[in-house]
Amino acid sequence: MTDTEFLLWVRGPAFNVATFIMCAGLVIRFLEILMLGRKANLAEARGSAAAGGLRTMVARSIPDAGSFQRSGFTVISGYIFHIGLFIVIFLFVPHILVFEKVMGLSWPGLPSNVVDATSVVTMIALLAVLIHRIKDPVLRMLSEFADYLVWFVTFLPLLTGYLAFHRVGLSAPMLIGLHILSVELLMILFPFTKLSHAFTLWMARWYNGAIAGYKGVRS
Amino acid sequence: MSGPSFERGYKLLREEIDAPTAAFFSSCVHCGMCAEACLFFTETRDPKYTPIHKLEPLRKVWKQEYTFWGKLGKALGFSKPLTDQDLADWESLVYDGCTLCGRCSMVCPVGNDIAYMIRKMREGMAAAGHAPEGLIGATKRAVTIGSPMGVKLPALQAQIRHTEKEFGVKIPLDVQGAEYLCLLSSMEIMNFPEYIGSIARIFKQANVSWTLSSDAFEATNSGIQIGVSDIAAELVQRIVDAAEALKVKAVISPECGHAYMAIRWEGPNLVGKPFNFKVVHILELLDELREQGRLTLKDKEAQKLTYHDPCQISRRGGVIDQPRNLMNMVADNFVEMPESGKMNWCCGAGGGVSSNERADDLRLKVFARKKAQLDAISVDGIVSACSNCRIHLEEGLEEYHMDLPLLSLTETIAEHLAEE
Repeated sequence: MTDTEFLLWVRGPAFNVATFIMCAGLVIRFLEILMLGRKANLAEARGSAAAGGLRTMVARSIPDAGSFQRSGFTVISGYIFHIGLFIVIFLFVPHILVFEKVMGLSWPGLPSNVVDATSVVTMIALLAVLIHRIKDPVLRMLSEFADYLVWFVTFLPLLTGYLAFHRVGLSAPMLIGLHILSVELLMILFPFTKLSHAFTLWMARWYNGAIAGYKGVRS
Repeated sequence: MSGPSFERGYKLLREEIDAPTAAFFSSCVHCGMCAEACLFFTETRDPKYTPIHKLEPLRKVWKQEYTFWGKLGKALGFSKPLTDQDLADWESLVYDGCTLCGRCSMVCPVGNDIAYMIRKMREGMAAAGHAPEGLIGATKRAVTIGSPMGVKLPALQAQIRHTEKEFGVKIPLDVQGAEYLCLLSSMEIMNFPEYIGSIARIFKQANVSWTLSSDAFEATNSGIQIGVSDIAAELVQRIVDAAEALKVKAVISPECGHAYMAIRWEGPNLVGKPFNFKVVHILELLDELREQGRLTLKDKEAQKLTYHDPCQISRRGGVIDQPRNLMNMVADNFVEMPESGKMNWCCGAGGGVSSNERADDLRLKVFARKKAQLDAISVDGIVSACSNCRIHLEEGLEEYHMDLPLLSLTETIAEHLAEE
């Protein structure tokens, strides 16, 4: 297989398979959750469950003052790498072209050098997060193989993307191919690991806020 | 209840998992922020007290029973199934190291209601026979005697006679058609009988039609603390029966956090049907009377006072503004602790921890969190609204050599009533 053939395979059949697995996996995960159902609450409501649920979906993106103080590193590094990932994934012009091709939607992007710098900052933040996970007693205890695997498959597309953008070492088709392949790995693991929190956290926040809102508490 | 067994426990854990639980476990990213929200972690720095870690057995059941890869892994023998030993190992984390205070549920960035799941996990733990002796004893006494502390009707009658004599007020018992059925906690009958006199005096001034019931005076519910819904339902049903027999419009939950949770929020769900009467917390009713101008005070507390929010009343119960309105009514100088209201720190003895002697040292150790909160504002006294918090706060203040008076909000209001 030549480098170009590899790129064509990665962009074609492999991408289709990864997309299918990600979508089907997410549907399965949603069904697994929703089919468990939930008992109706027979206690008389004090407040609105729906208003509470919607509120918490948004409000939980900003930690309470105490958490800012006590979990400062987790909060700050979390913000940096999440916002960084968002910029790199969704605001890099070549990525937007892919989204346009797949979904037919397009939006303005940021200059490439801004995205490039963001990717470096994001990688540094992710490395810091990894070191924190290994060194902090609570995180070390909580962490299992999947936590490190998920870190790796998140970091890899950033690294391969950076190398591809700067044309380091290999041929351009090979670099781009490896970058796309690393993204496909992320897509395949997405629904079956904690990466799926990107989708399920909205449900979790909804339930949390609804349970509290029903009782008249803004959670 | 049939005898405890691992099979029964596993079955209950499996049944307790609902859509919210699955959404919560699916969303956990192991960020560890819940640890810093839990006083058992902040005061011990022991990672095992990380709230989400306390749910590891329940998470295992969810993963192996309700997820694609978990089921596959279990079928192929890649993942070890839950064992009775796992539950035994987690007993002290779930019962001694958690008060169901729910502070972690307010902090989790993905929105996991961890306390909601601990409550569920205790159902399985108790059914598997892994609940602490102290709580089992309290629960047995609640079922057979009618009170977790073994308080019987004659003890209440003696307090009624004593109170009527001391304050010259009538304490109505078993009055048909009264507007409110007033519940008590055993601790109020045994340790803080002033509470009974206080509500009698307040209700007399505000002209509230009320009664106690000789069939259902106990509001506390060990069933929801230990996690046995059958028993919890039986205890709630006694109150429902009494309220219906006396044809009251509403039931008043006393100054007790978990009693309010049991009767107000869990009650109808435990007995499986909505109540045909209202349930109000005593502070809700007092605030209503205040708003209607039915409470007249002769003077106010001049001391600098703060209010300790009982978790099940504030964060988990929704009675947050009412005590503050009442504090401002009765005290000239009411100050908040840092992180109060829905973010208040637990005293360390709720959720059945105070009934569990094994946890005595731990609950006093974690009281250091409350001490830090109090040290930050240097007050002359603490007001609260839960006799369980109150007993533990008293012990904690003594342990840490803090000379602070502890008051009940209801009693404080009664003290300042303008009585003829």
